[in-house]
Amino acid sequence: MTISSDHTDYRIELRNITKQYPGCLANDAINLSLQPGEIHALLGENGAGKSTLVKTIYGVVSPDKGELLWDGDIVQIKSPSDARDLGIGMVFQHFSLFETLTVTENIELCLSKKQLSSIDNLADKITELSKIYGLDVDPSRYIHSLSIGERQRVEILRCLVQSVKLLILDEPTSVLTPQEVSSLFVVLKKLSNEGCSILFISHKLHEVTEICQKATILRGGKVISTCSPQDESPSSIAKMMVGDLADQDAGYSKKEGQQIILEAKDFTLPTKQPFGTSLKQVNFSLKAGEILGIAGVAGNGQDELMAAISGEDGRSVDNMLFLNQQDIGAFDAGERRKLGMANVPEERLGRGAVPEMTLSENTLLTQSKDFVSNGMVNWKKVQTYAQSLIKDYKVKCHGEFSEAKSLSGGNLQKFIMGREIGQNPIVLICAHPTWGVDVGAALSIHQSLLELRDKGAAILLVSEDIDELFLLADRIGSICDGYLSPIVKTDETDIEQIGLWMAGSFISDSQETVL
Amino acid sequence: MDAELLSQVLFAAIKTGTPLLLIALGEVICEKSGVLNLGQEGMMLMGAVVGFLAAYSSGSVGLGVIGAIIIGMFMSLIFAFLVLHLGANQVATGLALTIFGTGLSAFVGSGVVGQTVQGFQPLIIPVLSDIPFIGHILFTHDLLVYLSFVLAALVSYVATKTRIGLIIKAVGENPHAANAIGIKVLRVRYCAVMFGGAMAGLSGAYMSLVYTPMWIENMTSGRGWIALALVVFASWRVGRIMLGAYLFGLASIMHLVLQGMGWNISPNLLAMLPYVATVVVMVIISADHFKEKLLAPRSLGKPFDPRQMA
Repeated sequence: MTISSDHTDYRIELRNITKQYPGCLANDAINLSLQPGEIHALLGENGAGKSTLVKTIYGVVSPDKGELLWDGDIVQIKSPSDARDLGIGMVFQHFSLFETLTVTENIELCLSKKQLSSIDNLADKITELSKIYGLDVDPSRYIHSLSIGERQRVEILRCLVQSVKLLILDEPTSVLTPQEVSSLFVVLKKLSNEGCSILFISHKLHEVTEICQKATILRGGKVISTCSPQDESPSSIAKMMVGDLADQDAGYSKKEGQQIILEAKDFTLPTKQPFGTSLKQVNFSLKAGEILGIAGVAGNGQDELMAAISGEDGRSVDNMLFLNQQDIGAFDAGERRKLGMANVPEERLGRGAVPEMTLSENTLLTQSKDFVSNGMVNWKKVQTYAQSLIKDYKVKCHGEFSEAKSLSGGNLQKFIMGREIGQNPIVLICAHPTWGVDVGAALSIHQSLLELRDKGAAILLVSEDIDELFLLADRIGSICDGYLSPIVKTDETDIEQIGLWMAGSFISDSQETVL
Repeated sequence: MDAELLSQVLFAAIKTGTPLLLIALGEVICEKSGVLNLGQEGMMLMGAVVGFLAAYSSGSVGLGVIGAIIIGMFMSLIFAFLVLHLGANQVATGLALTIFGTGLSAFVGSGVVGQTVQGFQPLIIPVLSDIPFIGHILFTHDLLVYLSFVLAALVSYVATKTRIGLIIKAVGENPHAANAIGIKVLRVRYCAVMFGGAMAGLSGAYMSLVYTPMWIENMTSGRGWIALALVVFASWRVGRIMLGAYLFGLASIMHLVLQGMGWNISPNLLAMLPYVATVVVMVIISADHFKEKLLAPRSLGKPFDPRQMA
């Protein structure tokens, strides 16, 4: 492929793209252009309109206004197959793979009949491409048996098979270990050198400054700025994203924990889900007045661990889980809550809150003792309390009568965090506390967690965001394939080490053979 | 039991299992695309009565079969519109379709209850039917039974070997991902549901034109429900559906066979056998939750609304 020397020859150019959703202007007259071979970052907070914009390019969403130029010509992209015919490939944030199909079948589904007929043997072609780009994956394997990193390689291969000219990646690194991120960047740079344009959505600013030549920053559906990330620092970009400066680098003080509150001893539990992970000899002790962070790539047993500790799992275990030296293995979730445990699950709608119930009613779910007397609910008190949560945690909603499902993910998260922290628990188990929450609100959630810790509560924090764990956790460990790494003081380790643990480097052969 | 009797029994088992096979073949495609249609019994009854009426008034069984297929498709179109277009609950809508079909078929057929037609005649295939033992079991049936063999092979081939099968499976597993790569999810599901309707209608026609060439109210006696269980029992695989259908057929005729052999058991007890067998098989199969979850279409029964894709 020849790269045009004329820099006005854009591979793709968006002019005045506008998309209105009910109650929200997702894209407001957006202009964006990419040259062949350019790696371009699309930045912005959640809800800034990044996803809508890339879905417009890929033909999933049709814009209300504006035009799209491909190699200088105005084109109409009505469906993803139109986009693929032009040479646009997309790697989704939540992978669009089919778990019960093989790698080859997944890739075949994306190809048109014409494309298929030009390939003799798809499996051979996949193997050949995976060798060229170092995207190692076996075409005959089923998706559900692949790790998250391997699945991403399948998504990229799926685009490469169609000789892609523009590759869109929606937050590709959020699910990868640091080592996997480096190898992804090698692939992206190779593609870029061959003339493939890459549009890269991320909110990890140091990655953007590392590989992107240009960046477009969105806020509230509008383009705020276009810049060269190499000339900027992560904090100056953050400033553009957020508007008012949120101090990104604020470090929090670390604390030593006191007596042990929650303890897991050789906690072993087989999974109940076909695609789940069994917990294998998990050992940790959580002390009063500390935050214990557990890093890990999604799907390595975090969900199972959370459910087992909170009691949601429902299976009784003996001599493996202790709260204040009491064996709580046989207690159900409600009994554990009565003992002072609180829980913020990863899935907000459905597990953290009942979607069809109002915020007041959802408050009552986990916090009934203050509001119920003689079996009667004091609704006035509940509503007043819900109002105070909405106010204190800056939850954007119509009021305490809003249904939980009407809130955006980030706002609901703020509400649930507030509700759980408000119970003054002695143990708080918390998954991804600021996932999908904007920077300002994330700061206030951090503050609340630290206040709770300083009051003497023990907090178990499970997150995929290593930066956040390093910021908040006093001690840190990593989970991989259901094994928990040793727990170390955050001050005495580094991201490199935790990254290796996320990939399972701590799992010794002896541990493997035991099970 | 001598070979002669055994071959008679197996012959009858295939004949009895065929309506189940037909309707289950439709339902398996429907479920693979992620739609659970509990209206099978209603569609089958409508197929039976309309097929009978068409054959009765025209004197042509061929027209009867075509009429039954059309009414089955029409019934399933109502269902598809409600659940796919309007997003109605699949379980409730399916149940309503069965109740609707049961009532309507009784109403429509009230004038011809007990009447008979000249049904399909056996079509003995030369040469093949002369094969000792299995020749009689497999190759002395009527046209619809042979058609069911062909359809089973066809459905199995399409589902496992073709791109269409791959697309149906993808839609049933993850409609959002399918939509994102440009598959028209609702169109695929409409087609799958209507194929299910056509097969239910055909199965109804088999009941009223071949099995007992007459119309009696509620003559399918729960076969639509058994087919639904059969699809799960077969873990959505066509070969096992075929086996299951004939096993059920065998269980259904066992009371006649045992009586013929002089066993003194109440015929009412023996008539329960196929239903008991279904329950037992269901329990054994669902004991292994893990495996069942792995094989089931993962979005079965979940509605998909492309307009909600933000």
